[in-house]
Amino acid sequence: MPYTNQAASLIDAVRAVGEQMIAANPVELAVGNIVRRVLHIIREEDLSSTTTAIEGLGLSDDDVDGDENEDHPALSAAVLAAAARSTLRAPSLQTLLEDIPVSAAAPPNSSSGGDSEGRSKSAEKSSRSRKLKHDVIEAMNELIQDIDTCHEQISEQAVEHIHQNEVILTLGRSRTVKEFLYAAKEKKRSFRVFVAEGAPRYQGHVLAKELVAKGLQTTVITDSAVFAMISRVNMVIVGAHAIMANGGVVAPVGINMVALAAQKHAVPFVVVAGSHKLCPLYPHNPEVLLNELKSPSDLLDFGEFSDCMDFGIQGGSPLLHVVNPTFDYIPPKLVSLFITDTGGHNPSYIYRLIADYYSADDLVVQGKSTS
Amino acid sequence: MALKKGQRTSSDDPEELARTPLQALLLADSFAQKFRPITLERPKVLLPLVNAPMINYTLAWLESVGVEEVFVFCCAHAQQVKDYLDGSDWVKHPSAFSVTTIESHDSISAGDALRFVYNHGVIRGDFILITGDTISNMSLTQALQEHKERRKKDPHAIMTMVIKRSKPLPQLHQTRLGTDEILMGIDPETKELLYYEDKADRSRRLITLDKSLLADNPSLILHNDKEDCYIDICSPDVLSIFTDNFDYQHLRRHFVKGLLVDDVSGYKIFTHEIQSSYAARIDNFRSYDTISKDIIQRWTYPLVPDILYFGSRTPMKLQRQGILKAPDVILSHSARIGPYSSVGSGTSIGDNSVIMNSVIGDCCTIGRNVSIHGSYIWDNVVIEDGCKLSHALVCDGVHLRSGVVLEPGVILSFKVEVGQNIVVPAYSKVSLLPQPSTQDSDEELEYADASSGVVESPSITSMGNAGNFDQTAVSSDGEKLDNSEVGISGVGYIWSNSDGGNEEEWRYSIASITAEKIMEYCNEAYDDHDASDHDLSIPQSGELAHDSESTGFDEGDGEDYRDTYSKFEKEVEETFQRALGGVHEDNLVLEMNALRLSYDKSHLDCAGAVFYSVMRSALAAAQSSNSNLIQTTNEVIDKWKGFLGKYIKSEDEQFEVILKFEEMCQETAKEFSPLFATILHRLYDKDIITEDAILSWAMEKEGADESDKIFVKQSEAFITWLKEAPEEDEDEDEDD
Repeated sequence: MPYTNQAASLIDAVRAVGEQMIAANPVELAVGNIVRRVLHIIREEDLSSTTTAIEGLGLSDDDVDGDENEDHPALSAAVLAAAARSTLRAPSLQTLLEDIPVSAAAPPNSSSGGDSEGRSKSAEKSSRSRKLKHDVIEAMNELIQDIDTCHEQISEQAVEHIHQNEVILTLGRSRTVKEFLYAAKEKKRSFRVFVAEGAPRYQGHVLAKELVAKGLQTTVITDSAVFAMISRVNMVIVGAHAIMANGGVVAPVGINMVALAAQKHAVPFVVVAGSHKLCPLYPHNPEVLLNELKSPSDLLDFGEFSDCMDFGIQGGSPLLHVVNPTFDYIPPKLVSLFITDTGGHNPSYIYRLIADYYSADDLVVQGKSTS
Repeated sequence: MALKKGQRTSSDDPEELARTPLQALLLADSFAQKFRPITLERPKVLLPLVNAPMINYTLAWLESVGVEEVFVFCCAHAQQVKDYLDGSDWVKHPSAFSVTTIESHDSISAGDALRFVYNHGVIRGDFILITGDTISNMSLTQALQEHKERRKKDPHAIMTMVIKRSKPLPQLHQTRLGTDEILMGIDPETKELLYYEDKADRSRRLITLDKSLLADNPSLILHNDKEDCYIDICSPDVLSIFTDNFDYQHLRRHFVKGLLVDDVSGYKIFTHEIQSSYAARIDNFRSYDTISKDIIQRWTYPLVPDILYFGSRTPMKLQRQGILKAPDVILSHSARIGPYSSVGSGTSIGDNSVIMNSVIGDCCTIGRNVSIHGSYIWDNVVIEDGCKLSHALVCDGVHLRSGVVLEPGVILSFKVEVGQNIVVPAYSKVSLLPQPSTQDSDEELEYADASSGVVESPSITSMGNAGNFDQTAVSSDGEKLDNSEVGISGVGYIWSNSDGGNEEEWRYSIASITAEKIMEYCNEAYDDHDASDHDLSIPQSGELAHDSESTGFDEGDGEDYRDTYSKFEKEVEETFQRALGGVHEDNLVLEMNALRLSYDKSHLDCAGAVFYSVMRSALAAAQSSNSNLIQTTNEVIDKWKGFLGKYIKSEDEQFEVILKFEEMCQETAKEFSPLFATILHRLYDKDIITEDAILSWAMEKEGADESDKIFVKQSEAFITWLKEAPEEDEDEDEDD
């Protein structure tokens, strides 16, 4: 079936590419998130342009031929579906705010539609698709800019959360956390940071070096000392690999332990992450909650342990197994606050954020195109 | 203007050098027979390693380290390798990483391959030399940089070898990779490789070093805790060295050792030790087993099957306890897959089957109550109910009927069928192709793959037919498999273990080594192996041993001398054998002289050895053609009389030759003993031996024991005739 709907064909194309990209590295959930964001943007732009187009078409209904007639049901069906979807979805504050500029942009749009209506319908169609293309590109640039500036937007909120003479604990190294702490330091807050080194990759060492370079009072502790130190800590701030739809967090290994320690001592556990890390999937499914097992060489020196790894003796199976996971899953009840570029949120609010960023049709990117 | 131009080009040069894309030469042929009989039908680099052909791992690594051009050199089964690569993503989607195949049909060693590539002229700058069976995840950046810096300082630093630390347990090399312990002498400051020995003499627990090695180098550390990864960063000079030294065959045994001994050219080899990354080469079935397990245990991360999937295969999913499973595996509820196993897509596993530490390929059908331990099952294999497999390797299309038991170390090649309730004994190798009847000598084993690789492809079909309608025919030959062994409906030949028998098999097999064997190995009760090692020693070791006398190692001089003499003799014989293949006589003389000098032997020794080789060749020719020995010997003597004349000039030499001949008749070639007098006469007739020599030999022997005098007595008539003859001769001379 030839695509009469520009947006639908664009969605299919993006979906096909997205599917490949997700399959290439299923562990990196952010890839899927961005694919879904892009799909959502196309849908939204399509929705806004078709509503304006329908007004124009209503005027030109008299001089349509059979060809155009075929177009109509498909178009209107899509529009109805979109409209139904947007009414079904309770209007959040976000969407209400977002809708204002769209409707504000609509009048000149419809007038241009009215101009083209006098000419041939192909010209009208091409102008509409050009309009769609233009809008999508613009929205895409906005998205790119959002992602680029997410660290700044998050760190702007730093002073609200970090107070004078507090002790902050973090584990491993996250750029978002680093910028967050930098921002608080720049605002002349004086505080101390405990950095758990984050074995086996020891990214904490790197973070400690960077913090010291900025003049922050830093203490490096081993991961195993977290529980002993947590009573002296005022707040735990960590980065995340992904935030799931239920408010759970996929984060570098070791953070679950920190979260449990923080809960035990009633220390606020704060996760900072850009909105591109919001994942619209729920972590029940093992297909979604992927962990990445890295090489045991991070833990053990192969040369030193090569005799324990030996399959040549002991009946062909070594007694030593090494597991080196990359991520932990932290259940939502352990998280006190999420700080994203749109502000601070409670774990129970995450599903609403997700409804703003993603459309429900796109949740399963792979399943759609294979079926 | 001209000056300016000249400046420009000179300033461009270093840039030009830096800009040449990083190239790699991948040898898709191991030039060894360790994987026979499987490699008769498929090249080693295409054998699946944890469900993907192993060349993919090497190519993926080369791509990841920033190599831009790869030349895949294929020889045996070149077409198969080419077809595979053409159909794969490596060639189909050209990106910054290009893969080109170079095909050769007559290369029988790595040395030949490099010479062939040199003649092609495709390698322009520094390149990575690797075989298609090397698995690694190391980063090359540092090694490359070190190599380039060294090259800038010293153009003689032509190669950087990658090595890896392992534990200094002598048996570990054996149990892990099935290779011998390697001894390396490395300068701790410069990391220069000064000594390399992969066939260390374990029985005597001592090594001999050249004295100059210690004198010339301020410091030297001898390592027995390093593994050779067989990844080399080479400068283009390496190729030209191979071309200059046309007798270099093996990369390590000839090239590396040759350069280390060669003081004249001053080429240097350096080492780069990798710390946490992984690198290993699949040399034999044991290392195939070990490296498969290492991949499943994720030491090679990110080169693991659930992250890298090659081609269109369905991606594997990693589950708990390191189980890799394709999503469409049909697994019975009661079937159990143990930790660190891998099951490919489309495979179904029946009730109550147990799979432990094994790799199962795509589209296999496994019945009920099957137990598979530590085995490798490739694609499209059918295993019926109740089979028991332990530490076996089962190739594509094999059919095991119900109740078959495969004992440890069994190799079943492509499409073999085994009948009901058959027990295949340990370490047996079964193939549809018959074992090649021409057994190569121990030394030739390494290089003889290519010739057979060309011949075999047509025979597959013919054998397939024979197997189909005439299964009983295989029982006609003792070497082949009769019905009682593969069973009623079985198809296949059992390969007899060529040399060493089971004694050797356990070292390279997939089966785990029993504790007793390890004990045995550690206690160096392995005398026969050591003996065979002697034969494999390279010429240079003779020189080393000679030096060791002066450095004061207390070894008997006589024993040492005889040792080097027997090596020399063997070398001469081999050279001569090669000459039979059509080397010009002048070249042969040149080579013999070079050998004599390198072993520091006298003319006497040389004469004896040359004569020995000629007679051996006569004996061999007579045996192979079953013709009359005396006749063949006469022909051979006629043919090589000029050559022998060059070596056997003085009376002393002739005397030596007679003694040698006598010794031969008594010991090594008893076939000659009844013919002693006749051949002696012939030699006299052809002016190879003068009467003076014969007479002085007779004189010498007069005082000897009775047992020593057999041959003197045998030729008594001839000697008395000789004694009378001089007068006649003189008479004739006077007549003239």
